[in-house]
Amino acid sequence: MNSSALIHAVIDGVLTGSVYALMATGLTLIFGVMDIINVAQGIFVILGAYLSYALSVHWGIDPFVGLAITIPTLFFVGIAVEKAFFGRLKGPEKTAMSILVTYAISLVIEGTLNMVFTVNYVQIQAWYVNKSFRLFGVWFPYIYVFGFIMAAIMLSGLYILLYRTRFGASIRASLADQTAAALVGIDVRRVSTICFGIGIALTAPGGMIFGATNTFNASTSYDLISRLLTIIVLGGMGSLGGALLAGILMVTLEDLVGVIWSPVWSTLSFFLVLVIVLSVRPQGLFGKQSARVA
Amino acid sequence: MLLQKKNLLWVVALVIALFVPQMITNPAYRQIAVITLIFTACATSWNMFSGYSGYVALGSAAFYGTGAYTMALMANHMHVPGNGDMFWLVPLGGLAAVVVAIPVGLVALRVRRHTFVVITIAIFFVFQLSAINANFTGGTGGLTLPYVPWQIQNYHLPFYYVALVVLVFAILLSAGVRRSRFGLQLLAIRDDEDRALGLGVKVFQVKLTGFAMSAFVFGMGGALYAMMQGQIYPQFVFDPMFDITIALMAFFGGFGTLLGPIIGGLVLESAQQYLTVTYSNGSLYLILFGVLFLLVILFMPQGIVVFVRDRMAQRQDRLESATKQVSNETPVAQGVHS
Repeated sequence: MNSSALIHAVIDGVLTGSVYALMATGLTLIFGVMDIINVAQGIFVILGAYLSYALSVHWGIDPFVGLAITIPTLFFVGIAVEKAFFGRLKGPEKTAMSILVTYAISLVIEGTLNMVFTVNYVQIQAWYVNKSFRLFGVWFPYIYVFGFIMAAIMLSGLYILLYRTRFGASIRASLADQTAAALVGIDVRRVSTICFGIGIALTAPGGMIFGATNTFNASTSYDLISRLLTIIVLGGMGSLGGALLAGILMVTLEDLVGVIWSPVWSTLSFFLVLVIVLSVRPQGLFGKQSARVA
Repeated sequence: MLLQKKNLLWVVALVIALFVPQMITNPAYRQIAVITLIFTACATSWNMFSGYSGYVALGSAAFYGTGAYTMALMANHMHVPGNGDMFWLVPLGGLAAVVVAIPVGLVALRVRRHTFVVITIAIFFVFQLSAINANFTGGTGGLTLPYVPWQIQNYHLPFYYVALVVLVFAILLSAGVRRSRFGLQLLAIRDDEDRALGLGVKVFQVKLTGFAMSAFVFGMGGALYAMMQGQIYPQFVFDPMFDITIALMAFFGGFGTLLGPIIGGLVLESAQQYLTVTYSNGSLYLILFGVLFLLVILFMPQGIVVFVRDRMAQRQDRLESATKQVSNETPVAQGVHS
């Protein structure tokens, strides 16, 4: 092990971590506004990856250009799923039920993807995949840099939506307190539907980068969702900034452990950190300490 | 009168269960029956903690796997001969799971429900990855247990009856807890944890005790499974699908009811096996299972038991109001019905 390997691990960690952060932001947004733990987020990422893959293989559309199609598609898929299933979920076991509902949805999508694309592993191809450039003596893979830039643009867009628009204010109000938001005249139902759409739409760019940097098939989603859930719990469930920071931190840490000890232990370290942090700070790094949870 | 009738149904069910292996003689189907019993026992036990307290655990496969590895390691290191003696290791597998569950609970139960779900998943992965990477667990190759030289035709028979004992134990435990003061405390936590705390329930101890108790049955189930298979692999005994299956059984039957997970386990496990056999196409099976699953959750969100009970109560109401009408018309008959 030398210092250059460490530097590479940190750089790769930050660059790929930002993409994980993007996917996790969608998940934590959905939880914060709707109290829904969307375990289908992993399969939606894979769905996004397959859409980009299909566009580039069949029509030769560049994956980044293809986002203009895949993001709106997944947004409307999200809206449709929300309208179809989550209006019915009520009562004290709503969150637990939401896990089962979204799990069932992910099973259906997984089966469909297996039928359409088979279970063979694929990877999105483009000229910048598997190519790097050298800067200050460090090699940067193009796809990681492009992914980082895209994640930064998407997250800034989300930030502007949330903090500079009227609709964003109603989302933040719903995040803080749904009952109070409804009392001041916010249509929480409509906000929830659109937030679910946004949360799912964010998996399209995330999935595209994931599909270009990894080989994947539908069952890759299990690995993804367990990471994403770990990230949002560590950041504090419902905290957008927390998800962002935890995403970058965790992936960097994983890369570092892989370099310093062995890749065998890197995934384990991911979950172990969560357990250790939560035994000290049960609400996560940036979570609100809820005074009363009914 | 009603209570006796209820008990009679349990006895009838037990008698039928005792004669199931005589009715199905195909070893493959007998194996399905044993696995169904093990899963039903686990679902009952899962419900005893998660259903009563409202803390949905999705990492109990960690305890199932602990039981399986305890069975394998102890049988190998203590040179237990491959015969019925190995069954004595089943409760030891359960104890090992309890011992493991206490520190896990100490960490996981510090948070409230929503986060608890995710932490249990994370802890499960810590167990699975450790089993895959550690040395004493045999890595991905798993462990081989002492060979049990029983005839293939009746190989599953002893396992069936031991699994039935485990299931009966789980049901008695769950029923006992539900009727006890301890069970009331768990239910109080489910309804309103802060109020329960305010009323003097030691919520943390109660949750931890319930969590550890439920691990006992998981450990026994895992140990029994390991002994029957004769070979365990980390990805099968520490299976992320295990918990979803168990939770689904409980929700399908009726979350937080005594009978729910039993019915859910028996119906779902056999349905799942049937679908696997009928549709060898795994993708179609996933879609069918997912759709079935969605329909049940959306149309019977409280599970079969509550759904049927509500329908029966409605019918009872209608009958009663009809009787009332009749009795209003002929007031003389009133005494007969009450």
